[in-house]
Amino acid sequence: MKVLVAVKRVVDYNVKIRVLPDKSGVDIAGAKMSMNPFDEIAVEEAVKLKEANLVSEVVAVSIGSAAAQEVLRGALALGADRAVLVETEADLPSLNVAKLLKAVVHKESPQLVLLGKQAIDNDAGQTGQMLAALLNWGQATNASAIKLEGAAVEVTREIDGGLETVALSLPAVITADLRLNTPRYATLPNIMKAKKKPLDVIAADSLEVDLRPRIKTISVNEPSPRKAGVLVPDVKSLVERLRNEAKVI
Amino acid sequence: MGILVIAEHDNRALKSATLNAVSAAVMMGPDVHILVAGKNCADVAATASRVGGVTRVLCVDADTYASVSPEDLAILVASIAPGYSHIVTAATAYGRNFLPRVAVALDVAQISDIVGVLAPDTFVRPIYAGAALATVQALDDVKVVSVRSTGFDAAPCGGNAPIETLAAPRGCGLSRVLGQKLTSSSRPELTAARVVVAGGRALGSSENFKIIDALADKLDAAVGASRAAVDAGFVSNAYQVGQTGKIVAPELYIAVGISGAIQHLAGMKDSKLIVAINKDPEAPIFQVADYGLVADLFQAVPELTAELG
Ligand SMILES: Cc1cc2nc3c(=O)[nH]c(=O)nc-3n(C[C@H](O)[C@H](O)[C@H](O)COP(=O)(O)OP(=O)(O)OC[C@H]3O[C@@H](n4cnc5c(N)ncnc54)[C@H](O)[C@@H]3O)c2cc1C
Ligand SMILES: Nc1ncnc2c1ncn2[C@@H]1O[C@H](COP(=O)(O)O)[C@@H](O)[C@H]1O
Repeated sequence: MKVLVAVKRVVDYNVKIRVLPDKSGVDIAGAKMSMNPFDEIAVEEAVKLKEANLVSEVVAVSIGSAAAQEVLRGALALGADRAVLVETEADLPSLNVAKLLKAVVHKESPQLVLLGKQAIDNDAGQTGQMLAALLNWGQATNASAIKLEGAAVEVTREIDGGLETVALSLPAVITADLRLNTPRYATLPNIMKAKKKPLDVIAADSLEVDLRPRIKTISVNEPSPRKAGVLVPDVKSLVERLRNEAKVI
Repeated sequence: MGILVIAEHDNRALKSATLNAVSAAVMMGPDVHILVAGKNCADVAATASRVGGVTRVLCVDADTYASVSPEDLAILVASIAPGYSHIVTAATAYGRNFLPRVAVALDVAQISDIVGVLAPDTFVRPIYAGAALATVQALDDVKVVSVRSTGFDAAPCGGNAPIETLAAPRGCGLSRVLGQKLTSSSRPELTAARVVVAGGRALGSSENFKIIDALADKLDAAVGASRAAVDAGFVSNAYQVGQTGKIVAPELYIAVGISGAIQHLAGMKDSKLIVAINKDPEAPIFQVADYGLVADLFQAVPELTAELG
């Protein structure tokens, strides 16, 4: 059984981003780029399923510019077998990404697609659900545990009030939450091996997918900063301030 | 062309986040309808009919929706969608789960997690963990929008909308809920509480976390946590505040032993008043705190609890 994992190249989670002076977007020129953290968790899960002999092949797919090859190599170093880049310079909304992923699913015929629950740049949290709907497959988002048994899969999901367990049958789409696993570090030998693993590049335009723009960014602004606070010397003065100055208790 | 808001509820009560979503919907246009899909959910429909600004309640009461799957809920919403200009729901775990499937059924984009409505097609939403605010225009005919609760006040009471019962389309059975393990608490709900006391990795154990509980009890507060505290198993995932947890904006947020990583700030920096207790004066949490106390939490928190006596 084949698993497809979607990985996005995003600004590293440790980078403090800045808004461009002309407010057209955020300044990411020169910023450190990485695999979206949730996608790293998704890759780890796929590789674990392979190590448990539940899966025969792990294919990583990314949609983006040529630079996204670098995160695909990262996925290969973590243990994916092959990679596919759907190349486009456009910054696509989730619907268009999901449509491209659907086209890749049709080529690859995986039984399971793993994605991250959200990309930490646009924080949309949509692509997995959209892909599942486009394929008319069942979905389990925000997974913190996955139990695969033949064509049946049981997923524990993180929901607002706690946890929920859902049953799906394959094929299905699952999105990874933070506590699904802790991704391994790629070892140097595996990084070297990853350079020799196959990485196919497909032009997004060649997939005959409707990629018309859906969302227009009018401007991007800094949130208004909070006014400077004060340090209080001890608990007594904290309580005093809360009572008499802020009047919140 | 009306606005359709999909209610979140547990068949007994309407979730408060739906009231914030209604406030956002009212800003998108007149004629706001609420869909209540559930099983034995008449009380919820009645509550929904009294929400200010709502002009009609659509109620679907069927076995399929007892604990509804996102696949089935999306099919239902898509079947009702024709005639509406906007499909709106709260950006909770529940809303996030089904809404993108509705967008696909309508072949339109979704705008997630809005905190502002500038025009019927133009919205403000945080990106990069709230480090920037994007103003975006939805170009599709139908706007599918999820609403961040902290961006909008709850809609007031005062409505008197008629309730219309609709038939349910057949479920598709693509997924099935086997069970839920919910964290029960007598405290106020995290996202709706007036006061939140949150603990971080520094607490060290679930046993030690009880000093957070004791302070929360004194303040009638909800309890929150950083990701590190949840990952370490001190508290349930339901407590996590942040970019990928709950977004809260209480009147008072007390961060205890939390460093203030951007992913945590993303979930609480719109709180009205922020108090930070941390032994490291350089901790980034102090940059957003109105009142900071540099102290060992194991001394300061019990003292604070006692002081509030
Ligand atoms: C994709 C992604 C998503 C994430 N989402 C979230 C999220 O939603 N929410 C979230 O919170 N985090 C999230 N994180 C994690 C985030 O980056 C931080 O790692 C996390 O918030 C740190 O938790 P902490 O502040 O409790 O722990 P630490 O950073 O370890 O901080 C502990 C603090 O306690 C202080 N301290 C230690 N001992 C004492 C003492 N005795 N008395 C007083 N102070 C003491 C220390 O000075 C320190 O500042 C995410 C990370 C990633 C990569
Ligand atoms: N350009 C992309 N290439 C590959 N995967 C993507 C891309 N955009 C989104 N995804 C996947 O979809 C998930 C959710 O993204 P989003 O809906 O944008 O928050 C991510 O964690 C990825 O797994």
